[in-house]
Amino acid sequence: MSRQKLILVGNGMAGMRTIEELLKLEPEMYDITVFGAEPHPNYNRIMLSPVLAGEKTIDDIVLNSRDWYAENGIALHTGDPVVAIDRKARQVETASGQRLAYDRLLLATGSNPFIIPVPGHDLPGVIGFRDIRDVEIMLESARQYKKAVVIGGGLLGLEAANGLMKNGMDVTVVHLMDMLMERQLDKPAANLLQASLEESGLRFLMEAQTESILGSERVSGVRFKDGSEIAADLVVMAVGIRPNMTLAKQAGLHCERGVVVNDTMQSFDPRIYAVGECVQHRENCYGLVAPLFEQAKVCANHLAHLGFGRYEGSVTSTKLKVTGIDLFSAGEFNEGEGDETLVLQDPAQGVYKKLVIRDNRIKGAVMYGDTMDGTWYFQLLREGTDIASFRNTILFGQHDLGDAGHGDETRVVKLSDDAEICGCNGVCKGDIVKAISSKGLFTLDEVRAHTKASASCGSCTGLVESLLASTVGEGYAAAPSRKALCGCTEHSHDEVRQAICKEELKSMPAVFDLLNWKTPDGCASCRPALNYYLLAAWPGEYGDDAQSRFINERAHGNIQKDGTYSVVPRMFGGLCTANDLRAIADVADKYQVPEIKVTGGQRIDLFGVKKEQLPAVWKDLSSAGFVSGHAYGKALRTVKTCAGKNWCRFGTQDSTGLGVQLEELTWGSWMPHKFKLAVSGCPRNCAEATIKDFGVVCVDSGYELHIGGNGGIKVRVTDLLCKVETEAQVLEYCGAFIQLYREEGHYLERTAPWVERVSLGYVKQRVVDDEAGRQALFERFKQSQQFAQIDPWRERADGAEANEFTPLRIDRMRVAS
Amino acid sequence: MSDWIAIAKLEDIPRLGARKLQTETLEIALFRTGSDKVFAVRDRCPHRGGPLSQGIVHGASVSCPLHNWKIDLQSGQVLGPDSGCVNTYEIKVDEGVVYLSLASVESAA
Repeated sequence: MSRQKLILVGNGMAGMRTIEELLKLEPEMYDITVFGAEPHPNYNRIMLSPVLAGEKTIDDIVLNSRDWYAENGIALHTGDPVVAIDRKARQVETASGQRLAYDRLLLATGSNPFIIPVPGHDLPGVIGFRDIRDVEIMLESARQYKKAVVIGGGLLGLEAANGLMKNGMDVTVVHLMDMLMERQLDKPAANLLQASLEESGLRFLMEAQTESILGSERVSGVRFKDGSEIAADLVVMAVGIRPNMTLAKQAGLHCERGVVVNDTMQSFDPRIYAVGECVQHRENCYGLVAPLFEQAKVCANHLAHLGFGRYEGSVTSTKLKVTGIDLFSAGEFNEGEGDETLVLQDPAQGVYKKLVIRDNRIKGAVMYGDTMDGTWYFQLLREGTDIASFRNTILFGQHDLGDAGHGDETRVVKLSDDAEICGCNGVCKGDIVKAISSKGLFTLDEVRAHTKASASCGSCTGLVESLLASTVGEGYAAAPSRKALCGCTEHSHDEVRQAICKEELKSMPAVFDLLNWKTPDGCASCRPALNYYLLAAWPGEYGDDAQSRFINERAHGNIQKDGTYSVVPRMFGGLCTANDLRAIADVADKYQVPEIKVTGGQRIDLFGVKKEQLPAVWKDLSSAGFVSGHAYGKALRTVKTCAGKNWCRFGTQDSTGLGVQLEELTWGSWMPHKFKLAVSGCPRNCAEATIKDFGVVCVDSGYELHIGGNGGIKVRVTDLLCKVETEAQVLEYCGAFIQLYREEGHYLERTAPWVERVSLGYVKQRVVDDEAGRQALFERFKQSQQFAQIDPWRERADGAEANEFTPLRIDRMRVAS
Repeated sequence: MSDWIAIAKLEDIPRLGARKLQTETLEIALFRTGSDKVFAVRDRCPHRGGPLSQGIVHGASVSCPLHNWKIDLQSGQVLGPDSGCVNTYEIKVDEGVVYLSLASVESAA
């Protein structure tokens, strides 16, 4: 079958992003032809400001080189715009007279700068700020002339003014309103911005309405409604953009303010799609790049005949790309009736932050001077997170951002290039910024793939996101709030889990099939997740898939860097006997274990055991009464305890005894991530229960239950869930909490971020307030434990999975006849 | 000349899984894909020497268990954006028996 023909009109960011997304999905489906009006390959238009300011070159901002088009079999025609569409014949015609047929047509004609139609607007020296040609004219003018006037005090106007000033021109910004960037800023932030720009040398004429452009051969000045005039050798009109829909209108497509499309980015002609600035979607036209990328993804999904992507509009955020000025705004930043505002103002430091709050959720944000937390606020805004629990500190920012050794050095923009951002992989700021610019990266995942920064423990994710935001400005595509489970699917964790339960999917192929997985057998990310979800949903029914488990869980030991394993037998509540210790010592001698270590979880780790030895080691440990400690699993790890009232003169309850009971209840259970417990016998908290997933602090009158703590990457102190009176209650609440996490946590999400995601109030409602619900959760937990508390070590010591632990040997080879 | 030697039955290698083949001089990782293709590569990730036979198999590639590098089993090439490659050895499967080409092992050595 011959390939279908796809023609893209408009070689800009939105159109080409759609093509890139399409190639990822269906590289072979179409013969693709691209027509661009400009003579250049596809470049990053939002980086024109840094080019003008001399911080980047044109080559720096090219996104897809001509070689790239060739490699991907795409025919590129630059400098030859499409001038007509014949929808009946399904053909396009270009300026040079080429005619070409299409099966699908993609319009990405972008927008045109709005030129105010005052007298003189067509004089030489009057330009917009839109493409490389405009930048070239500006740079040329700066070499010959002195005085520039920029009409428009919005984002684009200020970036143009800054660039012209950097090139040595005297620049006056003329603005109709009484404040700059009124579409992105509130009055206090706008005043700070204006003061700071004035200090750097820009001049402003506010509330000035342009009446005409003066000049005969070339522009010589600007006259205003009040009769005043200023001299000008160059006038840049940056008062807004208008969707470019000339072609679409000519072809009789339905247009209003832009080419009207539905949620699949389809125009009123089913064969014609449109994306980018030329589009009007649900009454909105977008001029920022992030929404265009979302549109591109959806459009590609439909061009590839997958048919399930939906574009539902975007909330946008803005950053001004003027070096030395930090400014951020997002959402509804001017409060409406009934809204609350949180404001932090420090005039001496030039810092202003305002959050608009409705029903304890962020609706908008304006920040000036310190925009470090802009991405965080934006994420909270888009995800609609309930901020009640940290509302009183929210303005001070996400203070634990990058706590892993980064301390206060979180102002990424001010860091030097050799500052280490990612401590795991030793990646410095300069490496990251270079990769972002040179490879045209836009997302966190891309930066992870190319630099390895934030790809290991993830503690520097916030820093990397800030670097992305500050390097590519508004082009930064923040992680979407509805995140796909992995690259094999469009579905989120929650959607997949719901489908497994609702559609009664009980095997991995059933999931792949029903949810249209893009790969035949998933990948190293989704298979372990699906295996867990199936196991959690169908205890006793779903047969565990060893090949979908990470090696540690398949081999029931922790793989070490030399390929050997470590073995940690379970010691309930950290208690042990002399015989236990003797048995471990005997194993260590017999198998010549190179190193023995006491772990942080109150047990003993045997290092350097060879994989082939594992079943024999387990057999000996098992005979001495030990079971697996699951120190290698996304599972219940340890229950740490203090001495408790049997010995300690301060102890209020039997913390060790309760710890043993809790571990006997919970051991063996698989979880979304590792899970740690602790029981402290008094508020001195020697077992450090307040940094555990579930911690019990005994008091004289009963037991405080704490949840969602973490002592690892990001230290997080637990939230108090409630107080109970009896040990039996502790067990029930603990089991119910674990089961809720098992049923609703995302795979590889610890309880700390999970509790923050779903909110403490939600967990309290499910586990504390809803008594019947709690008991049902606890029953489900006990039910699943029937199948989980079968010691995997004993099974393998008795011969299960023998192949896993036995290498094939060359001496078994026989020469074939 | 026949340099194929039988090394295992197909069923000895789990589907979407791997087995380690220990020879006198080196360790070879044998992989079986979801569609029952078998591949052999040196059991040593070009990154930090991780045992590839312990990784998760998906499509015709394996993810190293140590740092998640992805290796194409057909070519032995590390998949982007990382780079590097690992020796591959010729394999054929005939009537449920897996054969390794000794010549391909020797020429790679």
